[in-house]
Amino acid sequence: MLPRPYRVIRITRHTHDTFTLEMEPADGNPAPYFQPGQFNMLYLFGVGEVPISISGDPGHTRAYVHTIRAVGTVTEALCNLKIGAQVGLRGPFGSSWPVKEAEGSDIVIAAGGIGLAPLRPALYHVLAHRERYGKVVLLYGTRTPQDLLYRKELEKWRGLFHTQVEVTVDHAARDWFGRVGVVTKLIPGARFDPFHTKAFVCGPEVMMRFTVMELMGRGVETENIFISMERNMKCAVGFCGHCQYGPTFICKDGPVYPYSQIQHLFKTREL
Amino acid sequence: MQVLDKVLSEHPFFKGFKDSTLELLGECARPVQFAAGKTIFREGEPADSFYLLTHGLVTLDIHLPGKGPVTIQTLQEGEVLGWAWLFPPAKWHFDACALQLTRAIRFDGRCLMGKLEQNPELGFELMKRFSQVIVERLQAARLQLLDLYGSGTRT
Ligand SMILES: Cc1cc2nc3c(=O)[nH]c(=O)nc-3n(C[C@H](O)[C@H](O)[C@H](O)COP(=O)(O)OP(=O)(O)OC[C@H]3O[C@@H](n4cnc5c(N)ncnc54)[C@H](O)[C@@H]3O)c2cc1C
Repeated sequence: MLPRPYRVIRITRHTHDTFTLEMEPADGNPAPYFQPGQFNMLYLFGVGEVPISISGDPGHTRAYVHTIRAVGTVTEALCNLKIGAQVGLRGPFGSSWPVKEAEGSDIVIAAGGIGLAPLRPALYHVLAHRERYGKVVLLYGTRTPQDLLYRKELEKWRGLFHTQVEVTVDHAARDWFGRVGVVTKLIPGARFDPFHTKAFVCGPEVMMRFTVMELMGRGVETENIFISMERNMKCAVGFCGHCQYGPTFICKDGPVYPYSQIQHLFKTREL
Repeated sequence: MQVLDKVLSEHPFFKGFKDSTLELLGECARPVQFAAGKTIFREGEPADSFYLLTHGLVTLDIHLPGKGPVTIQTLQEGEVLGWAWLFPPAKWHFDACALQLTRAIRFDGRCLMGKLEQNPELGFELMKRFSQVIVERLQAARLQLLDLYGSGTRT
């Protein structure tokens, strides 16, 4: 599959190393539909290609939205793009958060750091069809208040009567008026019915591990907990083996998995 | 006193205690309130009490030279503030400050110790509950040390 040219139409800087790119197909046609949790391969000529989750609203696909943290060669080059720049894009790829199957359930979305980006489309979907779900809870943890993504939206979601939004940071100065502590500490106070809950979790693997443990402690079954494994990959179509994770390939079987399916791999060292 | 017993019985920390136990414990307790910004106790001061938080948000702060107070944890409704009174030298480890209007039930440590010494069974039960709180805090501190969202990891 060849990359299709997209043009950057908006850039938002969130933190010193995290930014959001909005881009639309250069040929003026709409971007293909995507499911919450899916990702695209972004390609910069002469630099390389990286998988990046789609962080925009699945109801609006005129353009794709990607929130990216600059950690290395390609993501830093993406960080330096200007409006109008061209990016090659393949996708969307991968499995998705089961928002349809989750209808009728309470929804717990637990995010750590930039892990909120791949979860945001799921939240958009759930809020757009709020009547189809039970209680909705967003739990979000970052290192410091300065690292919070989508701050304005977080405040808006917090103001909704029908949605519980809890935010915590690891460290803060006294100008922060919210909670301080790790994200797992938010779970005991989250209002949901463990028998009828689907939980979507995304963040660094260690954060997901402890969050899953805490959710299980509240009585959520492993088949109702979904996590997104964002380990590195190359081809995105299950061909090159770069992202093999035990017997599965993250690019085509993942990145979103029910925890019950991969729990035996999750704690395996050096996989 | 009846109102106090009811508040105590509804607090998760005292869950499952018999009415007579709550009544006994209640003899060492009184409701308190702190306005937003008010200091509850300071690092190094004698620790002679603990608080069952019933409303609000409390910060535990540590002072770093040149940086001012840094909040290392917040506690809220349903949680317990303070276990330093249990162990010598019984001094507070951090500053505690009400970030919002905060209400709590304050227990007098000396009064409580007296009751627990006469009633070892209750003493054991309370120690188990405090141990649970301390273990949870330790686990949270370990996770914080792991730097869950740090730049070393992708997300
Ligand atoms: C399905 C999927 C979805 C993703 N979604 C996003 C997203 O929405 N936003 C985002 O910012 N990133 C996302 N990533 C991660 C992103 O793809 C990598 O950060 C990127 O490939 C790094 O490429 P680079 O050339 O900039 O860095 P490199 O120069 O290749 O590497 C720089 C450093 O980052 C480490 N690294 C690279 N990739 C990863 C990874 N996946 N996990 C942990 N460490 C890594 C390397 O080991 C190295 O230490 C996703 C990854 C996957 C697999």
